[in-house]
Amino acid sequence: MSTNLGISDRDGTNLWQPKRGLNEWVEKGVKGLFALFALVSIATTVGIVLSLTYETIAFFSKVPIWRFLGETQWSPTFNNPQFGIIVLICGTFLTSLIATVVALPIGLLAAICLSEYAPEKMRRVIKPALEILAGVPTVVYGYFALLFVTPILKTFLPVEIFNALSAGLVMGIAILPLVASLSEDAIYAVPNSLRQGAYALGATKRETIVSVVLPSALSGIAASFILAISRAIGETMIVTIAAGQTPRLTLNPFANLQTMTAYIVQVSKGDTPAGSLVYQTIFAVGMTLFVMTLALNIFSFWFVRRFRQKYE
Amino acid sequence: MKSDFIQESNFSAMPTSEAILEAEKVTVHYGSFMALRETYINIPKNQITAFIGPSGCGKSTLLRCFNRMNDLIPGAKVGGKIRFHGENLHDRKFDKRIEEIRRRIGMVFQKPNPFSKTIYENIAFGARINGYRGDMDELVERSLRQAALWDEAKDKLKQSGLSLSGGQQQRLCIARAIAVQPEVILMDEPCSALDPISTLRIEELLHELEERYTIIIVTHNMQQASRVSDMTAFFNVKATESGQRQGYLAEYDRTEVIFQNPKEQVTQEYVSGRFG
Ligand SMILES: Nc1ncnc2c1ncn2[C@@H]1O[C@H](COP(=O)(O)OP(=O)(O)OP(=O)(O)O)[C@@H](O)[C@H]1O
Ligand SMILES: [Mg+2]
Repeated sequence: MSTNLGISDRDGTNLWQPKRGLNEWVEKGVKGLFALFALVSIATTVGIVLSLTYETIAFFSKVPIWRFLGETQWSPTFNNPQFGIIVLICGTFLTSLIATVVALPIGLLAAICLSEYAPEKMRRVIKPALEILAGVPTVVYGYFALLFVTPILKTFLPVEIFNALSAGLVMGIAILPLVASLSEDAIYAVPNSLRQGAYALGATKRETIVSVVLPSALSGIAASFILAISRAIGETMIVTIAAGQTPRLTLNPFANLQTMTAYIVQVSKGDTPAGSLVYQTIFAVGMTLFVMTLALNIFSFWFVRRFRQKYE
Repeated sequence: MKSDFIQESNFSAMPTSEAILEAEKVTVHYGSFMALRETYINIPKNQITAFIGPSGCGKSTLLRCFNRMNDLIPGAKVGGKIRFHGENLHDRKFDKRIEEIRRRIGMVFQKPNPFSKTIYENIAFGARINGYRGDMDELVERSLRQAALWDEAKDKLKQSGLSLSGGQQQRLCIARAIAVQPEVILMDEPCSALDPISTLRIEELLHELEERYTIIIVTHNMQQASRVSDMTAFFNVKATESGQRQGYLAEYDRTEVIFQNPKEQVTQEYVSGRFG
């Protein structure tokens, strides 16, 4: 199927004979294939949300939502069970807070150092190294916290064997490469013309970075922060191993406590019969987690859209 | 003509007023590549000097010597002397005072590059970092007025500088450069990304600025050079035996002389468009 208008070229010869006939079918096939893949991921998401919702509704038909939100103890297995999600949220909040306090500032400083100060050669070595570090299995970090960091903390702090501090610190280290790498991408993408504009006004390097480069990379940096926070909230292995399994409403970082994710692990490890109330709690907790990270992601999406700068 | 050695003769003869910048035997290397051969040029105070010449002849390169922007390019080496009020800017003792040099010798770039800040902050930034103690609102207004942008921008000072049109952005960049009260403004093809109307506005602006500032403007637009400038420097590029293309200053004179009665044949060819 050559595209022939029935008009021969000016000189009568026909040197231009594209063979695009087959391409059309290939094009359609490829499109269909991609649509299929896209559909798979959408279907999975919908499936997850549906099953979560189904079991969550079942849970709330037995336990009224005000108990879930209002009680101050989490003890679903007791004879006189209590379902105060605030206890688990508190555990998640504390470990995530410690992790972000470690990861965000250090990650950002590392990113600035790497993109603005380090020579290009060094950057090219360290950047991939960071990405490898981000790929270390979290179970490794978990045991690193429990067997290495906790004993060190014990020498000068009144920490329990399982504690939020150790888990939070190591979780911070675990998400640090993510923050550094993504922020670095954002900073590196700031066009050089802006830096030159600042220098030409008599700005020093520090002034240029603080007042021109960072504000221009703001949306990317914020996105990396929010991603890191949702990672911390959803992080499971490290907190399960190192923070403990005792649901406790406390903000004491030295104490043994339980996060939402650790609770889900605890229940799914055990032999809780499907359909029981305890079994359904994990869906209610999972739904809470889901809503929290979804809210964060929506906020991030809005923030990035609002503050993204457009450069030609 | 012995144009081979032209760059060694001294062109500083003609300035009608006192020279504010004097380049003496300036050479620029990028790595081992010599981009600009020994150049002598005196820039007269409170006048507009245009740099013209074919692409790659070193106009931007020389311009960047005047405010030491070449320091930011890895591998760039500047030889010779650039005198500003008689003092050599490339002297070691100015290494710690580059910020001051750049405040007093401002620069406007080819592509408008407003910061991702509000219009107001775009202008206040330079003043603030340089420790300006006066009234900031007044400075912003005055700079915008001088850059002929006040009427268009006065109602949206709190909006992003990036929300302006290309021509307005370039005037914002000029306002930003003016705000730090420089003595010299270097402009590297400031109109090349603009439409004819914006270009004309900037040309009118240049005439107004001339009273207070010394301006060096690089341009590929012959009409522009002849319309706006008092002095014109024509740069050319020549291949050496080893095939490297080196830039050099071919002729420097009052603008009417360059355009109507140049001494060099290459200049004549270039300005009349019969070049190459
Ligand atoms: N950053 C750089 N690194 C290496 N070489 C450079 C650099 N900047 C310019 N050069 C070289 O120096 C020479 C002069 O370049 P310059 O940019 O000064 O030319 P120009 O006269 O401004 O040209 P144009 O009219 O195209 O802007 C060119 O051969 C160019 O390749
Ligand atoms: Mg140039």
